[in-house]
Formats: sequence, C-alpha cells, structure tokens
Amino acid sequence: MAKKSHVTTTVNGDEYEYLCEPGQTLVDVLRNELELTGTKEGCSTGDCGACSVILDGELVCSCLVLAVETDGKSVATIEGMAAGDQLHPLQRNFLELNGLQCGICTPGVLIAAKALLERNPDPTEIETRFWLAGNLCRCTGYDKIVRSVMAAAEEMRGA
Amino acid sequence: MTEMSYEAPSTLVAAVALLAGADGGGKILAGGTDVLVQLHAEMIDPDVLVDIKNIPEVRAMSENGGAWQVGAAVPGMQIIDDADFADAWPGVCEGVALIGSVQVKARASIGGNLCNGSPAADSVPAIIAAGAVAMIIGPGGSREDAVENIITGPGKTSIGNGEFIVSFGFPKRPAHSGDCYLRLTPRTEMDIAVVGVGINITLDDAGTCIAARVAVCAVAPRPLLVADAADALIGTTVDAGAVENMIAAVRAACDPISDKRGTKEYRIKTAGVIARRALEKALERAKAN
Repeated sequence: MAKKSHVTTTVNGDEYEYLCEPGQTLVDVLRNELELTGTKEGCSTGDCGACSVILDGELVCSCLVLAVETDGKSVATIEGMAAGDQLHPLQRNFLELNGLQCGICTPGVLIAAKALLERNPDPTEIETRFWLAGNLCRCTGYDKIVRSVMAAAEEMRGA
Repeated sequence: MTEMSYEAPSTLVAAVALLAGADGGGKILAGGTDVLVQLHAEMIDPDVLVDIKNIPEVRAMSENGGAWQVGAAVPGMQIIDDADFADAWPGVCEGVALIGSVQVKARASIGGNLCNGSPAADSVPAIIAAGAVAMIIGPGGSREDAVENIITGPGKTSIGNGEFIVSFGFPKRPAHSGDCYLRLTPRTEMDIAVVGVGINITLDDAGTCIAARVAVCAVAPRPLLVADAADALIGTTVDAGAVENMIAAVRAACDPISDKRGTKEYRIKTAGVIARRALEKALERAKAN
C-alpha cells in the first residue's frame, strides 16, 4: 500500500478532508471519495474536457490534476453552479435552447462557459468556439451549445 | 511496480536533494499535462513525483531592463495573459497559445513543453528563435544552455539525471525587432503541427536585417535552429531574393517523417510556405517598433 496523504480541499465553499494515494487524480477523488459525481470522466487524458473544474480560479481538467496538489486550494464544480433551486443563467439557457443531448459533456461545458463569461462577458461566436475547443461533444454538433452560451451571456449582461 | 510517493518541495535545494535521493527514480511534475497522462498509461513508473510548483523561482515571471525571466513551470495562460510579455514576444505567445485547450494551458508550462521532447512542441521554435537560455539546476550546481540544445530526439533531452530547468531567460529586445510563430494543422485548434516555424528578426534604422533566428518543428526528429536560413536574411533588406534563399535553407534543413498528418514531401514544401508567412509577420512587427 502506498502511503496515503491527508488532504484538505475546499469544494464549492465546503471544506473536505480526505486521504488519497499519490497518483490519485482530482476527478477520481471528487467522484469516488467525495461522491460529487456531477463532474464526468471522459478520456482521462485532458482531451475531452468532460472533467473540467475551476481550481483556484483557473479552468482545468480534473483528470490532469492530482488530488494531493489541491491541498489548501479551492475547487468549483458543477454542483456549486446553481444557487439552491435557482439555476445559473447558463444552465437555464442550455435547457431552453437544447444545448445538451446525452448530457455527459454538459457539466464540463457549463463550467468552461462560466469561466469564459467571467473573463469576457461579451464574447463573439468565434471567441466562444475557440474557448470551448477543449470540450468535446459528440451529440449536438456544437451549434446549440454555442447558441446557449451566447444567449446566457446576453442575459447576464442585462441586455 | 514500486509504490510512488509525492513530494512538493518549496526550495530548489530541497528539490535537487529529493531527485538525488531518488537515484534516477524521480520525475519532475510541473503542469502535469504530459506527465499525468504518461503516469496513468504506465509509460513511466517513477519512485518519487517531485512537484516543483511550490518553488518560487520556477513560478515567477519578471522583467528587468527589457530582459525577461520566465519560470519553467509558469502556466501558459499566465504567459499569454501578460500584456507586457506579449508586447515584447508576440511570437512566443503565439506558440504557447497553440498548446492544447484553455484547460491544458492553465497548467502546461514552457518548461514542460520543452522537456517532454516532442519534435512538434509548439512553444519551442519561438523560444529557440527568441534566443532564450534555459537555467538548469542539478546535483552539480547550476548551468545554462541555449534552448536549441535541450531536445536531442523524440522524447529525449540533454537534461541530466537529477537536473531540471528552473527558468528561461529572454534577452532584451533591440529596436526594430519582431517575432512570429506559425504552424500548419488540419484543424485550427487542439491539433499537432504538420510544420511549425518560429522567426525572430531585428532590423537597423535603414531596414537592413542585422540579426535573425529561424527555428522549425515537426519536420525533423527534434525542433531545429536553422542557421543557414538566418544567414540568408542577415545583411539584406529582406528583399524577394533573400526570402527565396531563406525558404530554400528551411527546406534543406527539413528531415521529416511521413505520417497521417502529411507526407515527407508535403512537409518540406509547406515548411517553406509557413516560413515565408512567419517572416512577413515578424518583419511587419519589427518595422512597427
């Protein structure tokens, strides 16, 4: 047995203490230790973006982060996106404009889109498509995703 | 398989000691976008993973009298978001901006891109063209080496056992300098270069080229500095004849493989085309400052 590390990570504002092995990824810990299964694991190699989370303000793939690296850091996942029963404008627009089909890529896409709009509240369609290049979707053909993000952005700008 | 341990030293000295103690079984972890993939694919099996991200020197980015020092583990997003650095080295930023997705760039560093040793590493040609120097630390102390000497073949580097790169030094830019990195890929994003070219050029007040560096990737077993291509430009006004000579020198330096991204012939041909376009952009930037 490898020596386990004692790690404290803040996830969506709540502090979690857990033990993990050195090679254990953040997505593994989120899903299997903390039972936060909203974050999906797709490729496990950083190509698909399904496991996207925000780590100390940066959009990252949680399959490419070791859980031990997040000791003392803050993580934001899809579970923290809605405010109680109140869906985030991105979530609502994805529902209204059919920005999802099977839903596996959706948590990662929403997290990535939220990071985009925090950085750039008024992105062009091209900027949106480039920003979301790290999130693969095999259902929608991307058009409905992009339209949902653009609509949410407009709503959030109060236009 | 031995059980791996994880260490996150906060000083260079402690990191060097950990690597020395691991006796070849240590692996450096910076952004992890290559190392974690290799680890979980069991391509590597280190005894100790030495995370260098808590060491201030490898995470710092600073400018002093026009010269930049960029820590080896500074994430790509931090580099391209630094307006002053982007102003000095737009070509380096173009290379960094092409490394994977936003998610990958939030972690991936130029030190990692270099040490992964890919022949197609997007940040490497521009950094070679910039004349950047790698500051390396190890059991024998510190040393410096030009970036073009680091990658020796696919996946192989000149970084010795127990050594790692601390930072990169970028020289002060003379007036009328410009750089550019361009690559050819089938997709616009998330792809691997068929050919990549980094060019850095300096003109005098009359518009004569007084310094140039041309580097290519994905057209040889390792990224290359093409001295003949630079020599074709230096001393000229970068007229049509000089550009043709530069293109010919780039093509002569290419020794590519044929694979699904392009045949050997296609790569050699397009290396010249991409080099011409990169030169035009670098020239435009040089004339603008």
